[in-house]
Amino acid sequence: MSLKADVQLDAKGLACPMPIVKTKKAMVGVNDGQILEVQATDKGSLADLKAWSESVGHQYIGTKEEDGVLLHYIRKSGDDKGIEKKFEQTIANEEVIDRAANGGMILDVREEAEYAFGHIEGSKSIPMGELEDRLDELDKDQEIYVICRTGTRSDLAARKLSEKGFAKVYNVIPGIGSWNGDLSKKI
Amino acid sequence: MAFVKMTAAQVARKVIENQPLFILDVRNTDAYEDWRIEGHNFDYLNIPYFDLLDGVEEILPKLPAEKDILVVCAKEGSSLMVAEMISDAGRDVYYLEGGMKSWSSYLEPIKVGDLTGGGELYQFVRLGKGCLSYMVISEGEAAIIDAVRFTDVFTNFAKEKNVEIKHVFDTHLHADHISGGRHIAEATGATYYLPAKDAEEVIFDYTPLEDGLTVKIGASQIEVGALYSPGHTIGSTSFIVDGKYLLTGDILFIDSIGRPDLAGLAEDWVGDLRDTLYRRYRELAEDLIVLPAHFMIIEELNEDGTVAKRLGDLFAENHGLNIESEDEFRHTVTDNLPPQPNAYEQIRQVNMGKISPGNDEQTEMEIGPNRCAVR
Repeated sequence: MSLKADVQLDAKGLACPMPIVKTKKAMVGVNDGQILEVQATDKGSLADLKAWSESVGHQYIGTKEEDGVLLHYIRKSGDDKGIEKKFEQTIANEEVIDRAANGGMILDVREEAEYAFGHIEGSKSIPMGELEDRLDELDKDQEIYVICRTGTRSDLAARKLSEKGFAKVYNVIPGIGSWNGDLSKKI
Repeated sequence: MAFVKMTAAQVARKVIENQPLFILDVRNTDAYEDWRIEGHNFDYLNIPYFDLLDGVEEILPKLPAEKDILVVCAKEGSSLMVAEMISDAGRDVYYLEGGMKSWSSYLEPIKVGDLTGGGELYQFVRLGKGCLSYMVISEGEAAIIDAVRFTDVFTNFAKEKNVEIKHVFDTHLHADHISGGRHIAEATGATYYLPAKDAEEVIFDYTPLEDGLTVKIGASQIEVGALYSPGHTIGSTSFIVDGKYLLTGDILFIDSIGRPDLAGLAEDWVGDLRDTLYRRYRELAEDLIVLPAHFMIIEELNEDGTVAKRLGDLFAENHGLNIESEDEFRHTVTDNLPPQPNAYEQIRQVNMGKISPGNDEQTEMEIGPNRCAVR
């Protein structure tokens, strides 16, 4: 199963340093928040892409192996932690599991690849960009706990839901990036 | 300016001759901190190659003008790229041929000493990995102990010395590197010995290495005698060569002692380790020269590049031989053990003959430092 990526880069058969050199170039054409999939066969590309992403501020999401090809997922620039969060109804990471157990829903608005490499068991995935078109999948009478990596995208999503008439919406702070509990994978 | 390749053999000479070298290691920081080329007089700068893609101007002032500069990476590609950039910026620079991969593989044979009747004892120092192998040579014949997997080095050396390899020993079932012992024996018709207690799961034929076994090498009949010395593994066996040298395998090192946890639970073998180090070895002559199967740090190398020290000196100086309380000893070798060597479980499977990975995979398994010791 291939994960959704906005841009794909074929670096198969290339030896170090070429996978990183090509990734750096490809990143120029990727928009902030979009996901780049790097296909590589050089085993060393894993550690290097991870370290490179961290050093330049991109979000390394994860790597999976398919038929001997490593598929690396990187999100350009990641969340901007400096952005002010405006939605007032929030709950903390620590509360969300208990609250959801009482009938609420955890809505994960990160990209599909981010969700695939680590999400809260039982949470629903609707990436931020698809939210407006998928409102009919949500129930206005149910409490909805919107979560992302750092609380920025979920803030935006919570405001959007509120505008659309969802009253029982909460932004989960700070989000999956600081999650201490177990996360499930779907890769 | 020029960028020129430097071979692992040339770097090895610089280590052994205590020459200066400035190493610009362009691997990522984790890899560098885990494992690097060690030399008495080496200086280092670690900047990952991917931080240099936009240019090397910022690091030029950090590269000393009076020293050779060697750019090092995992397999060569990135070091070549960075070396070319530095050379374009007007500086002379070397890159390491084959990268850390070739450094990990390189063996430097160094003569330890002469044996009775014109015999010789050689130590094969694998500087990049800290492995030590041995060849006992006497007129016409040779025995090899703890050979690493680069079998050609040993068979070619035997050819050069005009000796026939008759006996190949492993002191124990290794967990940190892949043994070349069995393959050398197959190629040369030599007998391959392994301690039976370490070999319960092996799937090939071997001759059991038993306590007290003695073989005689060549015209001058140099004695290589086995001494059961468990603790690192339950089968671990030492050798006494020509009444002068004690080959300790992974039981006793120059500045540390063996760890008892790589093939099972530390608690099971700590008593054996204690008994070997504090009783069996104590009964031996203090003038024996200890030759271990590993070194951990570059300070353990002697002036001539060998790793060897008098047993009596180790009794005086090695911390692991000077822990009076058995309880404290138990804590030292079971608590706070260093991280286990890379892929050690797979390496044991290879050494048991259960899996036969290709050369590249073997290289991957052996990447990184050896970690067989407790200090």
